[in-house]
Amino acid sequence: MEKYVQIENVNMVFDTKKGPFVALQDVNLHVTQGEFITLIGHSGCGKSTLLNLVAGLLKTDDGVLLCAGREIAGPGPERGVVFQNHSLLPWLTCFDNVYLAVERVFGSKEDKAKLKQRTHEALALVGLTHAEYKHPHEISGGMKQRVGIARALAMEPKVLLLDEPFGALDALTRAHLQDELMKIAQTTHSTVMMVTHDVDEAVLLSDRIVMLTNGPAATIGDVLSVDLPRPRDRLALANDGHYHHLRSKVLEFLYHRQLRPAA
Amino acid sequence: MNTVTAIKPTLTVVEPETPAPTQPRATVAAPAPKPAAWYKGKGLQTLRAILPPIIGFALFVGLWAIISQTSPNLPGPIKTWQSAVQLFADPFYQKGPNDQGIGWNILNSLQRVGIGFGMAALIGIPLGFMIGRFKFLNDMTAPIISLLRPVSPLAWLPIGLLVFKAANPAAIWVIFISSIWPMIINTAVGVSRVPQDYMNVAKVLNLSEWKIFTKILFPAVLPYMMTGIRLSIGVAWLVIVAAEMLTGGVGIGFWVWDEWNNLNVEHIIIAIFVVGIVGLLLEYALLLLAKRFNYE
Repeated sequence: MEKYVQIENVNMVFDTKKGPFVALQDVNLHVTQGEFITLIGHSGCGKSTLLNLVAGLLKTDDGVLLCAGREIAGPGPERGVVFQNHSLLPWLTCFDNVYLAVERVFGSKEDKAKLKQRTHEALALVGLTHAEYKHPHEISGGMKQRVGIARALAMEPKVLLLDEPFGALDALTRAHLQDELMKIAQTTHSTVMMVTHDVDEAVLLSDRIVMLTNGPAATIGDVLSVDLPRPRDRLALANDGHYHHLRSKVLEFLYHRQLRPAA
Repeated sequence: MNTVTAIKPTLTVVEPETPAPTQPRATVAAPAPKPAAWYKGKGLQTLRAILPPIIGFALFVGLWAIISQTSPNLPGPIKTWQSAVQLFADPFYQKGPNDQGIGWNILNSLQRVGIGFGMAALIGIPLGFMIGRFKFLNDMTAPIISLLRPVSPLAWLPIGLLVFKAANPAAIWVIFISSIWPMIINTAVGVSRVPQDYMNVAKVLNLSEWKIFTKILFPAVLPYMMTGIRLSIGVAWLVIVAAEMLTGGVGIGFWVWDEWNNLNVEHIIIAIFVVGIVGLLLEYALLLLAKRFNYE
């Protein structure tokens, strides 16, 4: 299998007023094409920092980050990012928010009709055709997050990076969007890296769960392979013994081995 | 007789500033034909909304009347009102350069404000964007701006007279220099307050500097910019009266000075109201405009 994202010996140090703060130390991770990876850990452990490094929003001099064999020097359209708080531009409609990304990636090669078609397709993929011409403040939180996903997917990224995308949503909407994300990842064969602190979400969606130790100087504590067959069904898994076994393994890591004294 | 018929329409033109538009609403709301309970609530609400301002105005006018009784040189409300009716009966007459109708004076002042403010906006807003976007430029201009901003607008007048060698451009120059600061500062603050989330979107999408400006910076800064514009217009209108008193020519400020020389105190009081009303209208128009650009 091709190593699609390579993270080799990465350290991340922030300069703060109180001196240097080591957020990540000696992180090594290989992600293969088409794989769904979740990063899980207690809050403040640096999982978002790791994702931002892959996204190119943060830079480190220490270690190597590669995407499809090329060094990650900054943000780029081959890595689509979905932010925690949707980050849609409030003055643009859902269509225009997605179109902005499409135009940037494909604008030089394709005509307007094709660009518009791509935008329509991306919004149809997340089931938002009916809300295309609404502004972000007119739609629900779950719908906003879908537009965010559509914007990232429309760029046809090599890797989809999601930073706690469903963290701000209610449980029912979250479950619904998890199912949809699972379907989308399967139909588009996307390589996905997703930050979460929801154990069920991690087990349900991932091929592998990357568990980070507590910061400062966080690193990868353990990697759990989730060998549940796909397509996965949330209801069937609720009574599946192996699912619960995997789930308790993650919980054991989080609450026995990495319990935060004051969290 | 002729004047009586001419007075009526102008009355309604001058008045509808504060208490007038609310009064008819109350009289319409009260005699309601249909659901009584609903209308009573509504009528009471409007009454509560309009009663305090009416009482305030009545007290103000009453106080003015009492003071004018004790000070014989100060004309009372009734005398001023009669004078205003006469004045606004023919606002656009022209009898030579120094004797023109009140309408011409207002329009001339507005024109000066428009030119001075317009040029300030043309320079101040782009400058504000650049100062907000580039830290170097901000550090470079910050001390100069803090030094010049608190200077009284009229202190700039001699410089204007010296450079332009004419009164009218000097007055416009004073408007320009005093109204440019709020626009520079508010625009720059707006740029520096653009949420990091939006800038991250720009980075992740790898947008060009032009796209960042048109799709993210400009719309995000617009509310701040509108605040700056509103403050600037306020300052400009505040300053024009003083500037025209010194420079002369046709304009509401010079008109006040002229009427002082004629000892026509009614007209000075009328001018105060006119300046207030025009300033209020400018402010209100810009508030309406600013509302359009509020996205949340």
